[in-house]
Amino acid sequence: MKLALKLAYRNLIGAGLRTWLNVIVLSFSFVVIIWIKGVLAGWDLQARNDMTDWEIAGGQYWHEAYDKYDPFTFSDSHATIPAEFREEIEAGDMEPSLIVQGSAYPQGRLQPVTIRGVNPQQTLFKLPTEKLDTVMSDAIPAIIGTLMSKTLKMGPGDRVIMQWRDANGTFDASEVLIVDIFNVAVPAVDAGQIYIPLEKLREMTGMPDEATLLSFRDSEKQRPEVAGWNLKPKEELTRQVDEVIKVKSAGTTVLYAILLLLAMLAIFDTQVLSIFRRQREIGTYVALGYTRGQVVGLFTVEGAMHAVLAALLAAAYGLPFLMWQAKAGWTMPIDVSEFGMAMAQTLYPSYSAGLVIGTTLIVLITTTIVSYWPSRRIAKMNPTDALRGKIQ
Amino acid sequence: MEKSPIITIDKLIKRFPMGKGEFTALNGIDLTLREGEFAGLVGPSGSGKTTILNIVGSLDVPTEGEATVLGRRVSRLTTREAAMLRRESLGFIFQSYNLLAVHTVFENVEFPLLLLNYTSEERRKMVMDALEWVGLTEKVKSKPPQLSGGESQRVAIARAMVKRPSLVLADEPTANLDAANSHNILKTMEKLNTELKTTFLFATHDEKVISYLRRKIFLADGKIEKEEILKN
Repeated sequence: MKLALKLAYRNLIGAGLRTWLNVIVLSFSFVVIIWIKGVLAGWDLQARNDMTDWEIAGGQYWHEAYDKYDPFTFSDSHATIPAEFREEIEAGDMEPSLIVQGSAYPQGRLQPVTIRGVNPQQTLFKLPTEKLDTVMSDAIPAIIGTLMSKTLKMGPGDRVIMQWRDANGTFDASEVLIVDIFNVAVPAVDAGQIYIPLEKLREMTGMPDEATLLSFRDSEKQRPEVAGWNLKPKEELTRQVDEVIKVKSAGTTVLYAILLLLAMLAIFDTQVLSIFRRQREIGTYVALGYTRGQVVGLFTVEGAMHAVLAALLAAAYGLPFLMWQAKAGWTMPIDVSEFGMAMAQTLYPSYSAGLVIGTTLIVLITTTIVSYWPSRRIAKMNPTDALRGKIQ
Repeated sequence: MEKSPIITIDKLIKRFPMGKGEFTALNGIDLTLREGEFAGLVGPSGSGKTTILNIVGSLDVPTEGEATVLGRRVSRLTTREAAMLRRESLGFIFQSYNLLAVHTVFENVEFPLLLLNYTSEERRKMVMDALEWVGLTEKVKSKPPQLSGGESQRVAIARAMVKRPSLVLADEPTANLDAANSHNILKTMEKLNTELKTTFLFATHDEKVISYLRRKIFLADGKIEKEEILKN
């Protein structure tokens, strides 16, 4: 094997430009595959982090009637906060939210909204809820996301009439003052959402001390089952984004397959050409004492070594590129805020050792198979014909 | 005292498929070659010279009969055993040199030693010795495309001789060389035969080569026509 490696290396380097063209194509595949996989992994990580920071914290308890995809459940999904949670809420490690369906009337239009009551002093989420405490006004202070701001065509300082129904189903309305706009990559936190002080919403709806969901900080802590409330661990709440990314990842496999196919075609072609052009050399190896199996091994190692050289070349120019991408991120050329899923405009690729080693192994194994395939023909060659270059 | 036989060929027949029939390349060859001989198979194209060399070199097998080389019966060798025979005991010199183009002169000559697991120090010494025999020590770093035909064939001789084989098989070694280079090459081989006692078997129809042979085996239509042995 050591001899095969030595000879294969000499042959490859000696082949000059032909080798380097293959190596460049293959190294490109390495870098692109790792980069795309890294972008997807980075997106997953970023989405999870953003969801944690803005929406779900370490996990949640949902009122048993609450279904985030069905606004008709909102009117029934509220109850008094159970005594088991009091201590954690007072310590600031659990935050109740009250969710009510309502309507806003910007510029005379009717816009369905979800009104969320949040504690202005909360520290669990990155929402700028402290702004809800800073403005003294006759109107209800509210914060909204950039997406909602575009939908309502409103900015800080603007006012809008908002209508809701209280605990008894009675309609009421009041003026809302937008005190701040925040930017977030999690659409569920932004689209259609208006955040107002929790106590104010409780007062407006006649639901004192009630909540729809409770978000907690510590995801590791053992949580009790509480009657009327469903525990939603963090993993369950991020499952949807994981699945979307898994589907995306499967889709990009087609791209890897095309890239690999191009590189493998080049290597296959080189191998076939090599075996045809180097018949005398093959015959010479046999005459000098190589078995035909060893010549097959030599040509296979030679082909597979393209992948090793490609990995080295990819490391030379790919590592700086991948590292720069991990730092600077990749800003997508189209607006992603309306994609409907947790996705930042700039994605920061995340590369794991598993990703790099896995990609290298896949390329190495595929290259070895593609190199071995045409090399098998050598085993059937008659060495005397090979020596004279007579094989067609 | 008579030297021991290095090659014994007994009623050797070799047929090749040709269209729907067969072509008989060798038709009942009987031949014995002893250690230290400088012999040649002489005859026109198609007389069976190269076929005998291929069988003796265990690159091909007889259809009938037997060739025994260094005590081993060629028809009974597995491909691995045949490879080992070539690796350890045989040297080949080809008409078109068959040097490995991307390797240097040193690496080409070193190649047979790599297969025999010599240390790098041993290899270096043996390669330099072999290049000295053929007068090419100054070309160690050159690659075959940078060499003349004569130089290339001298490298091929060094490669064949570097492991001190018992038998060297040379197939038309001067066919691509001019007269001066041919004589040079043949003198080198003659010297190696005398000094190292290596047995040489040529396949040739070149008069220059024939003039150097001490034993001439004339072939025609796959049969031995006559033999001439020069007395010392």
